[in-house]
Amino acid sequence: MNIPSSIVTMLAGIVITLISLWYGQNNGLLPIAASEEAVQVDNLFNAMMTISVGLFLLVEGTLIIAAIRFRRRPGDEEDGPHIEGNVPLEILWTAIPAVIVLGISVYSFEVYTEMGGLEPMAPMMQPAKGVEIAYATNAENGMMPLMMGDDELAANVGIGSSPGQGEPDVTVNVMAVQYAFIFTYPNSGVVSGELYVPSGKQVKLNMNAQDVLHAFWLPELRIKQDVIPGSETELAFTPTVEGTYPVICAELCGPYHGAMKTQMVVQSPEDFNAWIQSQVALGNLTDEVVAVAQTDRSDADYLAALAEPLDLQVDHQAIAQLHSDRDLHHHAVPL
Amino acid sequence: MTQVDVQETQSPPPAHGHDVERKWIDYFTFCTDHKVIGIQYLVTAFVFYIVGGIFATMMRTELATPDPDFVTPDVYNGLLTLHGTVMLFLWIVPAGAGLANYLIPLMIGARDMAFPRLNAIAFWMIPPSGILLLSSYFFEPPGAGWTSYPPLSLTLGQIGQGIWIMSILIGGTASILGAINFITTILKMRVPSMPIDKMPLFCWSMLATSFLILVSTPVLAGALILLAFDLLAGTNFFNPTGGGNPVVYQHMFWFYSHPAVYIFVLPLFGAISDVIPVHARKPIFGYKAIAYSSLAISFLGLIVWAHHMFTSGTPPWMRMFFMITTMVIAVPTGIKIFGWLATLWRGKIAYTSAMLFAMGFIATFLIGGISGVMLAAVPFDIHVHDTYFVVAHFHYVLFGGAVFGVFMAVYHWFPKMTGRMMNEFWGRVHFLLTFVGMNLTFMPMHELGMRGMNRRIALYDPQFTDLNQLATIGSYILAVSTIPFLINAVWCWAFGEKAPANPWRALTLEWQTTSPPMVENFEELPTLKTGPYDYGLGYIPVVDPPEFSREDPKQVPA
Repeated sequence: MNIPSSIVTMLAGIVITLISLWYGQNNGLLPIAASEEAVQVDNLFNAMMTISVGLFLLVEGTLIIAAIRFRRRPGDEEDGPHIEGNVPLEILWTAIPAVIVLGISVYSFEVYTEMGGLEPMAPMMQPAKGVEIAYATNAENGMMPLMMGDDELAANVGIGSSPGQGEPDVTVNVMAVQYAFIFTYPNSGVVSGELYVPSGKQVKLNMNAQDVLHAFWLPELRIKQDVIPGSETELAFTPTVEGTYPVICAELCGPYHGAMKTQMVVQSPEDFNAWIQSQVALGNLTDEVVAVAQTDRSDADYLAALAEPLDLQVDHQAIAQLHSDRDLHHHAVPL
Repeated sequence: MTQVDVQETQSPPPAHGHDVERKWIDYFTFCTDHKVIGIQYLVTAFVFYIVGGIFATMMRTELATPDPDFVTPDVYNGLLTLHGTVMLFLWIVPAGAGLANYLIPLMIGARDMAFPRLNAIAFWMIPPSGILLLSSYFFEPPGAGWTSYPPLSLTLGQIGQGIWIMSILIGGTASILGAINFITTILKMRVPSMPIDKMPLFCWSMLATSFLILVSTPVLAGALILLAFDLLAGTNFFNPTGGGNPVVYQHMFWFYSHPAVYIFVLPLFGAISDVIPVHARKPIFGYKAIAYSSLAISFLGLIVWAHHMFTSGTPPWMRMFFMITTMVIAVPTGIKIFGWLATLWRGKIAYTSAMLFAMGFIATFLIGGISGVMLAAVPFDIHVHDTYFVVAHFHYVLFGGAVFGVFMAVYHWFPKMTGRMMNEFWGRVHFLLTFVGMNLTFMPMHELGMRGMNRRIALYDPQFTDLNQLATIGSYILAVSTIPFLINAVWCWAFGEKAPANPWRALTLEWQTTSPPMVENFEELPTLKTGPYDYGLGYIPVVDPPEFSREDPKQVPA
């Protein structure tokens, strides 16, 4: 049976293309996308995955075919053909990858722009006036545009406005400490260990770290930003899918880095407002926590607070600390 | 092809001929012979590879369950810091330097390196650096990762972190001294009949590597010295509580540490370009393209560092600039991969252990290259930065590229270095275990990272348990895989079948002398009769030229 090699090559090309296209769209490797921008990132990833699978099959396939077809037969001491190169072929395999990476760059650039990465609102990092001031970040530092009593939602901003345009609907101050995130809603003064946000509204986080570098990661929104002591960083996003998602610290921040995580609850604007009211009623308000954040808690205190719900193995000293002077339960430590 | 002229050397001077054999004790002395130094580097590197591997296995054991139950999180962070530092600065860098030391003078027909004493000094900085680093484990292990970002690295204890800085400064100095030596040797000491474009590709890649070391390592030293001031003298270069900027450290650190990735892997790019043609009996495909792509990688490698900082405080324009440079670096890397594939195509591929590792290198490094392009895309990188996706990526590059490359190089040049053949059966077993273990360990990590598992954690969300256990099983296979290699290497070094001068029938100059080469390498400086890859032109290299085949090395052929 003699099938011309050009036909075999063409068939192989078709098969590779089909597999790539299928796997690129159906890889299922990413968690749910909870915002429009996350969907954009996923589309970018799927496009890259499509090209990657094609390239992978092409190269590994060539390698395997070469390994089988061009294996040395026993007793064959001859050399292969003397082929030193092939300039057109070399130009081809320089040009095609160059075009591919250029295409991915342009695509990435567009997605990044859509995510608001290039908006003037997001210089991503503003030097704070000093760490002490950064610690005290709250409604009085002038960055909070909204003064609407207990209502965290700004009514004057159109729903669905693209990220980065105009004022955010909800602003939340985030303080990262070893090993917790503390969220403060500046208008109502509500303080929480979990992030509550309304769906369909643009959320802006003003983030500061108290001790070391942390990184604020929302896997379902595909966004991450380092939180840097001494500098304020920002993150803006518009969640669209209601649900409860993890919030993870992604920058090594100490031994219990792995325990530094909490939740983001995306709920309808009504539920969100109801939650704010309930927190106000419960008295989970800002002054207490700021006071705590400013005191110099030892590592062991943090560890103890985290260890109890996690059922970690903690040495006796730490357990002793756990029962010692300070009652940590009202600090809204996550988990 | 062979040195027929050797015949006239009737009674060579003792330091110059066959009859000086290296004693084992020589390898523990301040010897200036580049071959001794090369083996010293390689053996030292393998010792640290085992140490780093033990750390890795302990980490994977810890990660077999979501809870921190095998070691405490403090110890875990010490392990991850030491694993990274040992594998990079005490395994891959010395292994590359060892190969370069052993091979460059032989490949270019020189009697030794340009600065033999400097060479020995550079090597003898490695053991103190390593012992210092490991000793920190017994005081307080540095726990801020191999990146040691401040302010965390300034808060975890001065002794461990101080030792870490000192150790890397010593290792970095050794690296700079070595680079000066390699550049000078390659540019100035080639035999007169070898123009630069007839030089084996390993020498090209070492040239590119050495330029990178010279340009970037001093910046790391600067960063670490400033960090040491912050740590020990209470200055505030990087410490935000005194107005310092921790992001500046990241820039300085990655200005070295991204090129460092190429410093780790470029020597092996060179080595594989020299191994594949020999075992496939075919010239390297596109010599010039492969040679110049090394230089292109080395230049581009200097302007991609901030892609490690896409989620730090990096302005948007900078993210775009570094995204594009990072994407572009895939092009010269692709040229190499396609060149190797085309070399194999229509060749006569022998399934030697060296060739198996070379093909494993291409197969796995490709995956690391592809995930590298994905990571360059800023929107995707923002999601997976500092997750297990990145861990998977750089292990595919550094294990799939560099470690496979070192094993390939050892199987290929072992006969030259020791005068003994390695056992091919156990070499294949080693390859199979390594290949399976490697993919089982690191492939699941891609998915873990994308689904939300961050790196550098001793405790993780229980939803990730299954894939982590798969990775742990893979790491045990990897741990086991080194056993056949070690036994094979040690046994064959002592009792292996005697190796002829040119067992693989190769054309480069290192095979045109005895195995192992005599002191000062060649009886008489060789002249080039063929190019390094002129297979298929009718030259039939002699496996064991009569003047070299001696049962007793003390007997000089008449």
